[in-house]
Amino acid sequence: MPSKIKSSRDLEKLQQALSKKPDTGKPRISVCNGTACRPYGSNPVVDAFKLEIEKRALDNQLEFKVTGCHGFCERGPIAIIEPGNIFYQKIKVEDVAEIIEKTLKKETIGRLLYKDPGTNLETVKQDDLPFYRNQKRIILGNNTRIDPTSIEDYIAIGGYSALAKALSTMQPEQIIDVVKQSGLRGRGGGGFLTGSKWETCRNAHGDVKYVIVNADEGDPGAYANEGLLTGNPHSVLEGLIIGAFAIGSHQGYIYVRNEYPLALKNVTTAMQQAEKLGLLGKNILGSGFDFSVRVNRGGGAFVCGESTALMASLEGKTGEPRAKYVHTVEKGLWDSPSDLNNVETWANIPQIINNGAAWFSSIGTKGNTGTKIFSLTGKVNNTGLVEIPMGIKLREIIFDIGGGIRGGKKFKAVQTGGPSGGCLPEKLIDLSVDFDELTKAGAMMGSGGMIVMDEDNCMVDVARYFLTFLEEESCGKCVPCREGIKRMRQILNDITEGKGREGDLDLLKELSSHLKDSSLCALGGSAPNPVLTTIKYFSEEYEAHIKQKKCPAGVCKMLIQFSIIDEKCPGCGMCVKVCPSNAITDMGKKKPVVLDQSKCIKCRTCYDICRMGAVKIE
Amino acid sequence: MSESVTLTINGQKYSAEKGKTVLQVAADNGIKIPTLCHHEEIEPYGACRLCIVEITRGTRNRIVTSCLYPVEEGLVVQTDSPRVVRNRKMLLDLLLARCSENKVIKGLAAEYGIEKPSFREEYREKHDCIVCGLCVRACEQVVGVSAISLVNRGIHKEPKPPYLERAKACIGCGSCFYVCPTNAIQMEDKNGIRRIDRWKVEFKLKKCSKCGIEWAPVAQLEYIRKKWDLPAGFFDICPNCK
Ligand SMILES: Cc1cc2nc3c(=O)[nH]c(=O)nc-3n(C[C@H](O)[C@H](O)[C@H](O)COP(=O)(O)O)c2cc1C
Ligand code: FES
Ligand code: FES
Repeated sequence: MPSKIKSSRDLEKLQQALSKKPDTGKPRISVCNGTACRPYGSNPVVDAFKLEIEKRALDNQLEFKVTGCHGFCERGPIAIIEPGNIFYQKIKVEDVAEIIEKTLKKETIGRLLYKDPGTNLETVKQDDLPFYRNQKRIILGNNTRIDPTSIEDYIAIGGYSALAKALSTMQPEQIIDVVKQSGLRGRGGGGFLTGSKWETCRNAHGDVKYVIVNADEGDPGAYANEGLLTGNPHSVLEGLIIGAFAIGSHQGYIYVRNEYPLALKNVTTAMQQAEKLGLLGKNILGSGFDFSVRVNRGGGAFVCGESTALMASLEGKTGEPRAKYVHTVEKGLWDSPSDLNNVETWANIPQIINNGAAWFSSIGTKGNTGTKIFSLTGKVNNTGLVEIPMGIKLREIIFDIGGGIRGGKKFKAVQTGGPSGGCLPEKLIDLSVDFDELTKAGAMMGSGGMIVMDEDNCMVDVARYFLTFLEEESCGKCVPCREGIKRMRQILNDITEGKGREGDLDLLKELSSHLKDSSLCALGGSAPNPVLTTIKYFSEEYEAHIKQKKCPAGVCKMLIQFSIIDEKCPGCGMCVKVCPSNAITDMGKKKPVVLDQSKCIKCRTCYDICRMGAVKIE
Repeated sequence: MSESVTLTINGQKYSAEKGKTVLQVAADNGIKIPTLCHHEEIEPYGACRLCIVEITRGTRNRIVTSCLYPVEEGLVVQTDSPRVVRNRKMLLDLLLARCSENKVIKGLAAEYGIEKPSFREEYREKHDCIVCGLCVRACEQVVGVSAISLVNRGIHKEPKPPYLERAKACIGCGSCFYVCPTNAIQMEDKNGIRRIDRWKVEFKLKKCSKCGIEWAPVAQLEYIRKKWDLPAGFFDICPNCK
């Protein structure tokens, strides 16, 4: 580890030295060992690489790097070979020796390349993959280039140069101006102008001010913040230090979701390294500016991500929101002016300082500048973390990047913004993805969850699912949220069970407007979104449940029946074998099987396994 | 002299001290706003939402809780606008479904013309506690012992003694009982013993050595005596006989 850096000049020298390491001529294998790749077995793959390289003493012929999330997690474990930008997917321990062999010989292994699910065509380069080609990875892109536990790696690619620039050549007000001009809006959901927030906090009365990183990320299925904090913790830290300098804060906090052990570990390591090098602590880079940071583990509830609840939790109290009639930028943590920003917001700061406001605002659209990271999940072919320029169409994310709907099914809806986001229908597929358009359509940006649904999803059931989550996660303090969400969930439950009544939709709408008006915090205020959007865009589906007692998507168990279409059934007996309740009887070869309704538990297993389409749901 | 601001409530102009809440200023001027989770001696909390009012700032109207909202220059407030009433009705509707047999809630709902909740019969519950947190806040802020707290979240949130056992720190003062707006806490003094079943506690009552009346829990008197450093035997005689 290099010694303490005492000035911006020193940092520049170090950066030059590190980027010109003798290594740079050697081929480099970068393997993702991100949180999402681990369940696919990236840990043993990484170990196998290390062992093989050591065994064959290849240290000086090959550079091996273990990185954070590359984004295309469902293809994990993933490796990138440079030079060549070769993308290998679904690597097994058995492939390791061959990868090393071929890399040294500058050859590629066809078997490990990505093949288009439709055309079966191979793609060699990562940058040519449809999944990556259509993204703009200004924030996530560096994940593939660095070992997140090495500050040298980060400095080698220009890390902390924005901090040096800010400290040695800019006034705090100037930094705020640049951030304002960039148009950066908070990536935590609300989309508030970051520069304005900083300015209010800087101007607020108080000697002590705090800056905080919100890494609570409680949306089920979302892991963009995790991917960033684990894969490039220094970028978030650098943004935070710059923000602290601009605001006039000397103490920062990083509030990390309790279930993110790897993010916690990597960000803690990053802080220790930065402190050792003099990038954190007293007299940073000889500028006279002091700043220290503490890491806190989250309170384990979704609502702890809300600004006032988060600050209460940092103070050691119950993570419960309070009224924000006096804003937290004026009176926040321990009643001092406090600026809270999302992980992704902070990670944008070094980029803006280095490349300028004009560069940043040239990405995206007017009023919605820069990029946004989404956790793309659900029924699309390519799932993972995607970073897109703001303002592209939903269609481009789902069909170009996501590769369309799995199994050739029909696209039905996309849910954006986490549990209290909204479901948008096919007719809005050309909607521009930005804060304002999503909100107008009844959904929201949230912290970047995007769940794609196909014809097999029942929208009433989807609304019920999200409300069930929110009912569990409501802090329970205020009446509208605590009692209102519960009643809405009960009504939705009844509708999915065929007990829907005339007037239910009106009551749901009335409750929705009440929650939006009267809830204490945005959890209750946005909880109606899944209900309102599904009623708005899929009203016929509600009608079918309530009036005809039918579930058109064939999901709501109480409203569906399974039967065998005799003409289509060749009597192969596959369904008989898999049926967990022995409801299907084999009647002999070439004779259709017989399904006993009284034993059927409607688990769908027969439907999913039958290749003849002989199981009917109605 | 503290700064003062001018605001409008229900079309009438009032001048008020800066730092006060809309609820305080309304009360000072005889305007009634219903509340459940509010008490003058305790910090406002904003849980019941019954005290909502509609405010106008510029062109925007919004619903806020008056017990928390600080008055400001030029603020325009309506305490009973149609939007306020609609929301207040829904609050009472929701509370009535939760506390379908509670007298206080039934009475309040009836004032707004709600005889029975809009929700299905089978959703009705028979709680008395509305989780306003007054008992917990009184115990912490007024008494200073924090013998109880709000536990769990969402629909399962409720005031409880620590570890759901006997409230060990409780001194039996009964503040929680007096402050509860819906009579959800039972307290009984009988045969020289005070019982508060909700916190699983029992206290021996002190007998006045003059009139013989059992006038307060021994534990509470001891707590006060120690806190103020009063001499032993200070509370042997009840306030009436002193
Ligand atoms: C229920 C609830 C949960 C939230 N969870 C998060 C979260 O996990 N991460 C986050 O950054 N913001 C979350 N927010 C938004 C924060 O309150 C806050 O607006 C944000 O952290 C501000 O940062 P930004 O300006 O960078 O967006 C949540 C809000 C609510 C109401
Ligand atoms: S965790 Fe490996 S690509 Fe995301
Ligand atoms: S009295 Fe204001 S919220 Fe209860």
